[in-house]
Amino acid sequence: LSAVTVDKVDGFSRKSVRKAKQKRSQSSSQFRSQGKPIELTPLPLLKDVSAQEQPELFLKKLQQCCAVFDFMDTLSDLKMKEYKRSTLNELVDYVTVSRGYLTEQAYPEVVKMVSYNIFRTLPPSDSNEFDPEEDEPTLEASWPHLQLVYEFFIRFLESQEFQPSIAKKYIDQKFVLQLLELFDSEDPRERDYLKTVLHRIYGKFLGLRAFIRKQINNIFLRFVYETEHFNGVAELLEILGSIINGFALPLKAEHKQFLVKVLIPLHTVRSLSLFHAQLAYCIVQFLEKDPALTEPVIRGLLKFWPKTCSQKEVMFLGELEEILDVIEPTQFVKIQEPLFRQISKCVSSPHFQVAERALYYWNNEYIMSLIEENSNVILPIMFTSLYRISKEHWNPAIVALVYNVLKAFMEMNSTLFDELTSTYKSDRQREKKKEKEREELWKRLEDLELKRSLQSDGIIPT
Amino acid sequence: NIKEIGPGVEPLASKMAGADSDDSLYPIAVLIDELRNEDVQLRLNSIKKLSTIALALGVERTRTELLPFLTDTIYDEDEVLLALAEQLGNFTMLVGGPEYVHCLLPPLESLATVEETVVRDKAVESLRKISHEHSPVDLEVHFEPLVKRLASGDWFTSRTSACGLFSVCYPRVSSTVKAEIRQHFRTLCSDDTPMVRRAAASKLGEFAKVLELEYVKSDIISLFTALASDEQDSVRLLAVEAGVSIATLLPQEDLEALVMPTLRQAAEDKSWRVRYMVADKFSDLQKAVGPEITKNDLVPAFQNLLKDCEAEVRAAAANKVKEFCENLPEDSRETIIMTHILPCVKELVSDTNQHVKSALASVIMGLSTILGKDNTIEHLLPLFLAQLKDECPEVRLNIISNLDCVNEVIGIRQLSQSLLPAIVELAEDAKWRVRLAIIEYMPLLAGQLGVEFFDEKLNSLCMAWLVDHVYAIREAATCNLMKLVEKFGAEWAQNTIVPKVLGMANDPNYLHRMTTLFCINALSEVCGQEITTKHMLPVVFKMSNDQVANVRFNVAKSLQKIGPVLDSNCLQTEVKPVLEKLASDQDMDVKYFAQEAISVLSLA
Repeated sequence: LSAVTVDKVDGFSRKSVRKAKQKRSQSSSQFRSQGKPIELTPLPLLKDVSAQEQPELFLKKLQQCCAVFDFMDTLSDLKMKEYKRSTLNELVDYVTVSRGYLTEQAYPEVVKMVSYNIFRTLPPSDSNEFDPEEDEPTLEASWPHLQLVYEFFIRFLESQEFQPSIAKKYIDQKFVLQLLELFDSEDPRERDYLKTVLHRIYGKFLGLRAFIRKQINNIFLRFVYETEHFNGVAELLEILGSIINGFALPLKAEHKQFLVKVLIPLHTVRSLSLFHAQLAYCIVQFLEKDPALTEPVIRGLLKFWPKTCSQKEVMFLGELEEILDVIEPTQFVKIQEPLFRQISKCVSSPHFQVAERALYYWNNEYIMSLIEENSNVILPIMFTSLYRISKEHWNPAIVALVYNVLKAFMEMNSTLFDELTSTYKSDRQREKKKEKEREELWKRLEDLELKRSLQSDGIIPT
Repeated sequence: NIKEIGPGVEPLASKMAGADSDDSLYPIAVLIDELRNEDVQLRLNSIKKLSTIALALGVERTRTELLPFLTDTIYDEDEVLLALAEQLGNFTMLVGGPEYVHCLLPPLESLATVEETVVRDKAVESLRKISHEHSPVDLEVHFEPLVKRLASGDWFTSRTSACGLFSVCYPRVSSTVKAEIRQHFRTLCSDDTPMVRRAAASKLGEFAKVLELEYVKSDIISLFTALASDEQDSVRLLAVEAGVSIATLLPQEDLEALVMPTLRQAAEDKSWRVRYMVADKFSDLQKAVGPEITKNDLVPAFQNLLKDCEAEVRAAAANKVKEFCENLPEDSRETIIMTHILPCVKELVSDTNQHVKSALASVIMGLSTILGKDNTIEHLLPLFLAQLKDECPEVRLNIISNLDCVNEVIGIRQLSQSLLPAIVELAEDAKWRVRLAIIEYMPLLAGQLGVEFFDEKLNSLCMAWLVDHVYAIREAATCNLMKLVEKFGAEWAQNTIVPKVLGMANDPNYLHRMTTLFCINALSEVCGQEITTKHMLPVVFKMSNDQVANVRFNVAKSLQKIGPVLDSNCLQTEVKPVLEKLASDQDMDVKYFAQEAISVLSLA
């Protein structure tokens, strides 16, 4: 639920024009002014103390790094900001190369330091209605520190000494929940780090896996049905892509439900283009795991087929081709009729990119072979559209493509083709007649309604 | 997309075959046929005619055949389902009245579990509507079990829908069932899906209103406290609104202990969205908790919101400044404003964020009526003046748009020195909507500043707008002139604006020449017959020879417009020949409008 801002709509300047002169904006909600400057007492470098003293010094440095600075004020605490930066750098190096530093006491301190730094309420978007396709993202002002904290955390998780059995006391459901909320960050750099962090956590903490999947479900459902706003969908899908890859067979009901009730509805979102590649990858992963899911997936796509947005239609056609690339012939037969009814509509779309994208299917050898095997079903569905466009489409390139397709059909099944050509006219006439009959029917219905309303009280004798 | 009709409804379908002979069966044949059509639009048409079909079928067959058929075939495009959900809400009479209204529950129950939010919401709306048509017995036998089923559904959608149904059945069921309903609501408030908790939180206030006070205290408060400290801010912020409703239900003495701790916590929530919500609901909150708590708690909370670190929150709070001050208890109002609120307001005037300043500018003028003349001059005037010079046009505009409040208290002359530069600048703002807004305030300003000041400072601006490059501005400028004449009189018009307007008739730009005509259209009536006949009409006639057809047909339109102001002699001897000439123009539009004018003015 994004807050309503007081800005009035300015319909005068185009969004893109307005944006052009805007400078990259920065924002940070991390800091709630405490008013007084932060003082950190400089500590010796880790490499300058003995091996026994290092664990304790490490803890002290972690504690110091819990101090969070105000980066919106570029002039305050300059010295201390620099000190923290160098300390963080030192910590990053230290966890990468050192051995024996990870005592049990260190775990809560690491998680605390990371939590203090990264967990925060994300600031409101700078632009009134952030449009990820057009607007420059607002960058996180505290990135100089934040980046190092993420870097440190990833090295920590990847460290050879890292023991999930100890860490799970601190990296728990609440931690993961807060981590997932950060995926809404407008800063793509941050989302990229989060992706790695979440991937590592999913990999190492078996006990959190189901929870993580469920929370991602919730984020997606909210995104689809409530807000249509979440910046990290592509990143989460990318992680899911690799998770799906690892699902055991046969697939659990939970996973199938995720596919049908979450991933398919994700196609309805306005900003689909921002995560479509990752989404299509996930879908295809599912189908490669379990071909029996092909029918519900394709029926789902057909249900949500874009009605007004041509760009989305082109994306759907692309995804469908990816699916057809891996489809099993037995599955193909099950959905070919509704599928080709849709393709026939796309082929005759007045938007040439849509028509073109659909016609490209006939350049795909595997799809061609499927069509050929089932030409007796597919040809009658496609014929009317193709025949009509070959005569009336405004775009010569489309007409040329259609001729090729018609030619291919002719070669495939010349008997049926000739039959359809010869009955084309009478079929159209029959359709027109049916159309007229329908109009007639509705008219009679209306007359009936009129008659009824004239009768007293609307009570009908049957 | 449509499932085959199940065996249970087979008779209906088979009856269709011979439907032609029977008028009463005829419509359903159409419906069924169309419901199976591939074209969504046709299915939609059919569903939208559902009431006609039901009417034709009669109540019994609607109950026994049509509704089961619809329940079975619910799998379609959301658009069709939405139409169906809406229709069913108005179906009570069509199934035989309240006695049979429960027949509508099965299809609506399925629709209430659909994924698409709009469909589900519509189904819930229809269910709420027909719940009132259930008798208390039917409510317990049919409706309440449905709510229970939804509340314990597997998928979140049905539980979300259930949240909206508790409050409509609660008041009319027995106390045992009431206890069950409370229990179900409690469960949903701690559902593990945030979507459901959000739905429950958004219905909490509504549910509290139908509960007995003792349960409000025992049940609702604990739910409110839990939701207000939910781990997700999207849930917490919804609890804020519920808190306001709950506060209105409780007696004053319970507020402090039961509601205030949670609300105080919300005002300081770590998420700006929650604080924003508190700021946004502040006036309602203030009314709900009464004067004492306002003085002790809300004043400092409001100060904090005005100083919040997020601009979004400050802007929401700034919007409430006037309302908050207005509703302060009278005995301490002035002191509170002067010592607590005004210092914060002063800071907001120079806020770094323009939305904040603009929000403040839209309400700050209202403080002058509350604080009176002396305080306004001493404390508020400098703020108004500062905002009038703000770099952001919207801030200045908001100030100018509210000048009337100040006018009532101190008179506008106090401001006029600073006002003028601001107006001049806004009059030339690059955004035409800003210019438009300023034009709309001209008549008001003119009235307040008086004719002398106006002629000296503002008249030239008003004329300049007539040649603006945006049509909407020229149009507004024309209308503005008419309103000025209404204020200052025809004589003033004749001396100051009419000559300038008529002068534009010779402009090389045809758009400007047309503006002359538009002005004449607007001014003729207020200026009266004499000025129109003597000064304007000759110019119009002259323009009937213009080279540009657009000007000529506008001459025809103008003559039609000003005709009623002229006397009949003038119409016959002067206007008629000109229109006749235009009626034989070579341009078809000119001809058309000339002929129209001739017929409207009855000159044929």
